Amino acid sequence: MSKLPVLILGARSDMARAVAHKFAALGHPIQLAARNAESMQADRMDMELRYRVPISLHEFDVLDTAHHGDFVAALPDLPGIAVCAVGIMGEQAVNEKDRAAASLVMRSNYEGPASILAELANRFDASGRGTLVGISSVAGERGRATNYVYGSAKAGFTAFLSGLRNRLAKRGVHVVTVLPGFVATRMTEGMDLPARLTAQPEEVAEAIAKAVERGRDVVYVRPIWRLVMLIIRSIPERIFKKLKL
Amino acid sequence: MKQSGWGRFPVIEAQVFRPRTETELAALLDRHKSVIARGNGRAYGDSAINRTATLQTSHFDKLIAFDTGTGQVVAEAGVLLGDLIAAFLPQGWFPLVTPGTKFVTIGGAIAADVHGKNHHKDGSFRACVDWIDVMGPDGKVTRCSRDENAVLFDHTLGGMGLTGIILRAAIRLRPVESGWIRQTTIPAPNLQAAMAAFEAEKDATYSVAWIDCLAEGEGLGRSLVMLGEHATRQDLAPAQRTQPFQTKRPPRRRVPIDLPAFTLNRLSVRAFNTLYYRAGERKSGEQIVDWDRYFYPLDAILDWNRIYGRKGFAQFQCVLPLDRAETGLSSLLRTIAEAGSASFLAVLKRFGPQDSPFSFPMEGYTLALDFPVTAKTLALLDRLDRITLYHGGRFYLAKDSRMRAETLRAADPRVASFKQARTDLGTTRRFVSTQAERLEL
Repeated sequence: MSKLPVLILGARSDMARAVAHKFAALGHPIQLAARNAESMQADRMDMELRYRVPISLHEFDVLDTAHHGDFVAALPDLPGIAVCAVGIMGEQAVNEKDRAAASLVMRSNYEGPASILAELANRFDASGRGTLVGISSVAGERGRATNYVYGSAKAGFTAFLSGLRNRLAKRGVHVVTVLPGFVATRMTEGMDLPARLTAQPEEVAEAIAKAVERGRDVVYVRPIWRLVMLIIRSIPERIFKKLKL
Repeated sequence: MKQSGWGRFPVIEAQVFRPRTETELAALLDRHKSVIARGNGRAYGDSAINRTATLQTSHFDKLIAFDTGTGQVVAEAGVLLGDLIAAFLPQGWFPLVTPGTKFVTIGGAIAADVHGKNHHKDGSFRACVDWIDVMGPDGKVTRCSRDENAVLFDHTLGGMGLTGIILRAAIRLRPVESGWIRQTTIPAPNLQAAMAAFEAEKDATYSVAWIDCLAEGEGLGRSLVMLGEHATRQDLAPAQRTQPFQTKRPPRRRVPIDLPAFTLNRLSVRAFNTLYYRAGERKSGEQIVDWDRYFYPLDAILDWNRIYGRKGFAQFQCVLPLDRAETGLSSLLRTIAEAGSASFLAVLKRFGPQDSPFSFPMEGYTLALDFPVTAKTLALLDRLDRITLYHGGRFYLAKDSRMRAETLRAADPRVASFKQARTDLGTTRRFVSTQAERLEL
């Protein structure tokens, strides 16, 4: 039986590309969705040569929520798995002062991803199958002074995914929440990240493929993050508010 | 950040950049006095380190085209040989020339003009390269081949990245019927026997010898000569024949920590060598092994470079001309055995003829060894340099981390013409590695 297509939303990021490679290597046709999709021709060719599966490019803007329905309707095949890797970090210092910048971060990490996944969820629900994967963030587990605008949007997205999972659990549709922790990507280039806590994009891809296969709900890429976040979540607020994290 | 080659010696503080596009690459080139490209860091020493700007090509990792008729693949410089195998072996194609690790980039393979176990038959990596795109000092990209911009082509192969930044290349793969190798092991009780085996087996596609460099006296140069042929479908067991490219992968092991320096000493290596040789004697004759185990036994142990401990290790690889090979090798091996330095890996191989402007191979015998870095072994390496020079040999720059400029000049009269080509191409001051500085290239 031929495998179902995998839709990658926000396909240009390092993490998204690693995920695309992983599922293509497993024999899935891949739909790469991004802004200015045409510029991903080299990626398309590369993946077709490596994995000999069909790779297609699809124009997609996560902020253009009005057209998300049209976008899904226009896909040549309804995907069996959809991975949302959309997101921008922005700069906290800017986000604090510039409300337009903050709004962009919130819309890109929460409103847009939630909108497209809602659309896909309804289609998957109707067909009684499918897996939705949302790449959220450990930053959404607790607001911190250094990135709470981004973190709050991710918190919203994490809650959305958990609600979606709850709704669809009995409908044959599976929802995976991915909390990657630090990942060595373009987004974090130039940051001084601790090596033990920092995953490579390929590790994230590996973890996602495994989570989809085994039907897992919430995955941290490096297990140590489960512990780190347990500690961070359990610090009492009156102490937490004074910490520099 | 701290940079070193695969030997983890020397360690040099260098600024590293990972450009994503040709435009970013050209901008970095424009901004810095000098740069050097770095692939996957598999050269052993400081070939791919520049203090002000080491430009890692890891984002240039795309396959561009493949011709199923001729087996020609066009790929960006950062693509690994292992990627080519993963993509094209299932379609019946294998690299024409491969070194002992599949974790080298195409750019690195071209820059070092690497060789494999088939050098005596097929030549160096150069043999499979149809053309190369090279970014020059002004950021302009030039395509070069045997017919077009031949000076650039000739000096980029083996030029250690000193003629520009290799962006992409067209290389030809060889058709194979399976992913299996028919391996024949010939025990050779001493150097003469090993060389005789190489000379007798010149028609074998692949040949290489593991050599016990702690054996002395009668047994000096005791070796296991290993020959290989790509297995045809007929050579395989019926079960393998239906899926001839499906070879099961053994689990990768990783050296988890730096082993303490005393782990590899004369005694432990001697014990290992003896056991290994005896096992080879017992297994002599023909076996079918998968491509990964045959070509890349060390790749199965990730980070094997850590077995030498924190201080790292230095490789030594020279080639001696045919007529001086036996006396020269005896002299090298005696010196090593007497010093009692434990070289865990020691490899001997017969090279075929090669005539290219700055590539390492020439007709004769090549010996490769590695030693943990200590004052004692560094002194030993200097002695080995002198013996090589005396016998008219030369050195492999991809392995070097400590040679002196005078040694290289004395060993290789081609240095002058290589430097002249660098001047003519305008690359002398623009593409510089710490190795090039040390060796005054």
